Amino acid sequence: MDKNEEGKRLYTITVFTENHVGLMNQLSIIFTRRNLNLESVSASPCSIPGVHKMTLTCYSDRETLEPVIKQIEKRVEVLKAFLFTNDELIYQEVALYKVPTARLLDSENLEAIIRRHNARILEITRDNTVLEKTGHSNETEALFEELKKYDIRQFVRSGRVAVTRANVELVDQFIREQEERRNRIDGR
Amino acid sequence: MAEKITGAEAIIRSMISEGVDLVFGYPGGAIISVYDKLYDYTSSITHILTRHEQGAVHAAQGYARVSGKTGVVIVTSGPGATNVITGISDALMDSTPLVVITGQVSVDLLGTDAFQETDVVGITQPITKWSYQIRKVEEIPAMVAKAFHIANSGRPGPVVLDIAKEAQMGKIEWGEYHKCNYIRSYIPLPEIKHADLQKVADLINSAERPMIISGHGVMISGAEDALQSLAEKADIPVATTLLGLSTIPTGHPLNKGLVGMHGNIAPNWKTNEADVLIAIGMRFDDRVTGDKSHYAKNAKVVHIDIDSSEFDKNIKTTATVHGDAKQVLEALLPMISEAKHRDWIKSFEKPEATEYEAVIKKASYPEDPESPMRMGEVARKVAEAAGKNPVLVTDVGQNQLLSARYFRYNSPRSIITSGGLGTMGFGLPASIGAKLGAPDRQVCFFCGDGGFQMTIQELGTIMQYGMAVKIIILNNHFLGNVRQWQSLFFNNRFSQTQMLNPDFTEIAKAYGIPGENVGSRRDLNGAIKRMMDYPGAYVLNVRVDEKDMVFPMTPNGSPVDFIMLDRNNIYKPEKS
Repeated sequence: MDKNEEGKRLYTITVFTENHVGLMNQLSIIFTRRNLNLESVSASPCSIPGVHKMTLTCYSDRETLEPVIKQIEKRVEVLKAFLFTNDELIYQEVALYKVPTARLLDSENLEAIIRRHNARILEITRDNTVLEKTGHSNETEALFEELKKYDIRQFVRSGRVAVTRANVELVDQFIREQEERRNRIDGR
Repeated sequence: MAEKITGAEAIIRSMISEGVDLVFGYPGGAIISVYDKLYDYTSSITHILTRHEQGAVHAAQGYARVSGKTGVVIVTSGPGATNVITGISDALMDSTPLVVITGQVSVDLLGTDAFQETDVVGITQPITKWSYQIRKVEEIPAMVAKAFHIANSGRPGPVVLDIAKEAQMGKIEWGEYHKCNYIRSYIPLPEIKHADLQKVADLINSAERPMIISGHGVMISGAEDALQSLAEKADIPVATTLLGLSTIPTGHPLNKGLVGMHGNIAPNWKTNEADVLIAIGMRFDDRVTGDKSHYAKNAKVVHIDIDSSEFDKNIKTTATVHGDAKQVLEALLPMISEAKHRDWIKSFEKPEATEYEAVIKKASYPEDPESPMRMGEVARKVAEAAGKNPVLVTDVGQNQLLSARYFRYNSPRSIITSGGLGTMGFGLPASIGAKLGAPDRQVCFFCGDGGFQMTIQELGTIMQYGMAVKIIILNNHFLGNVRQWQSLFFNNRFSQTQMLNPDFTEIAKAYGIPGENVGSRRDLNGAIKRMMDYPGAYVLNVRVDEKDMVFPMTPNGSPVDFIMLDRNNIYKPEKS
């Protein structure tokens, strides 16, 4: 869903950082201070060794978030931060659903549900079945709605992960420039 | 083979390698190893033992602000660390380079609510430029180097190093010390873009009513001469922010005074007449802009700053240059055409004359000899008696606003005041640091009776180290600035602003600091002279009128050109 009930748009903030302790806190307090609620958070190494990528989503507006991006970049260990709307990204999230096996087996629609939602079964025990679905939020939510009648016992959804349409990591050029700066400082 | 030393000694040697010869601090359990080693290095490092950790951090701020060097603070864990929080927050707001070293409990106790354990990095992350916990002794030299690099490059700010006990007590081989000059993710000195300069030059060259606002950044980068050259070449009036005072001398013909809530009428009013407003090293604080929607209404705003996060944060700009103020102004100067804006500059004279008649004369040259003393007059008289090159240190409140208004600034780095955070209790310890950083300059410290008592214990530090600080207490037995708001905006309901005070000169006397109570105008000049002639610290406890107020005033949230001349009169320009 691109907009929330207040009409605020969902933005994705991608932050490239050094891999140091405490960075997530440094970023999250920048949002807290402005009373901005983070919808999702995910962090992992990116394709460049030693560089971490954090992907945050937040319902807000450009006017609010552009200064936030600058405050994020001001942190000493942040390499670069970017602000995106959904159409600028290819993004995905993963959801897990735990449903009583007996209820599922009683259903005549199981195959149809799995096919329609392109879901996978990760584990089946006598008691429970764990289904997995990757997709956009509205897709994982659609499966949630469908499985509701079978009594969802547990549900979890990951933070958004996203890549841009560019050929490289957006931080590549920044890192190249900084290597040149280092060479200049070292007099090489 | 390289010699093996403890982490505690490595901290001290690293600091010496960074050029540190003066530190402020207070010992305690989790930092005792560093203090033990400090005992061996007294010939290289002077340690000032304050009476409270808050005093140490404000003293370090005063030292850093007057000298441009990094202020160093050493305190213990837990309460030692939490007591420096106000100063760290103040230093971030006012771009002051500090390295604060806090002791930390041993690693195995971290997270167990151990005795005097506090999550210092967690607490300080939002109020520091960088904070880091050192757990291993091997990290010490590199992290100290990084701390000093970050604190005093780019836009300066406070850095915290939280050093666990193991790291202090472990041993490392001490080799060559490497200063830090590069961090991949941190660009302290941005490259100036020629296209940005060209755009700004074009705006300035085509301006008819240009005005410069010079801020603290001009002082930090040492751009005072470049600022003056630019202003003179293009004939541009210069106003300053509170922290930008002394970036252009008081007597300079293009210096048009102070902007902001209690600034001068002319530059505040002219902010909305200027066609190009050139902001240098300042951040359009709400105390400067008032109502942002009515700020610089007719101007294209040019913003020059080393911190690009300030661009368009408060005021929308037409052009920006990201860079060090001195470098930017020096690069800009050859691109600026000589110009004359005589009529525009002359137009400042009428509001100046109005302010003189309606405010300045009454506040600083009261005529009736029997009337109660005015704070402005005390500030003016102290400034006149303070010699060639004095430093003004202030506390916060009316004492700050009036002494800043009526002091005279002849050379750079002549004002030390808590601008962004507005920390009462800042001044007394800051004056100690200022005196240590500028021993040959007369340090004049103005405070109120409220703020003085917030850090009054630092009289002990003044006594112990013989700091020749001139302390002027503008004593009205009230928290005067709050009283002023209560009087103007809260129907004279003086809720919790009146104070019963001790005899401050008797307290000073107990610390071996001479002083006198001044109760009437006829004693003031003589008392100021005796204070200035005395070789050491001196307290002047001046009884001033609690009804005295700071004017002009733009009330909180009002437009910059809504200016109260006094309780009943709003400034209106004369028709010319």
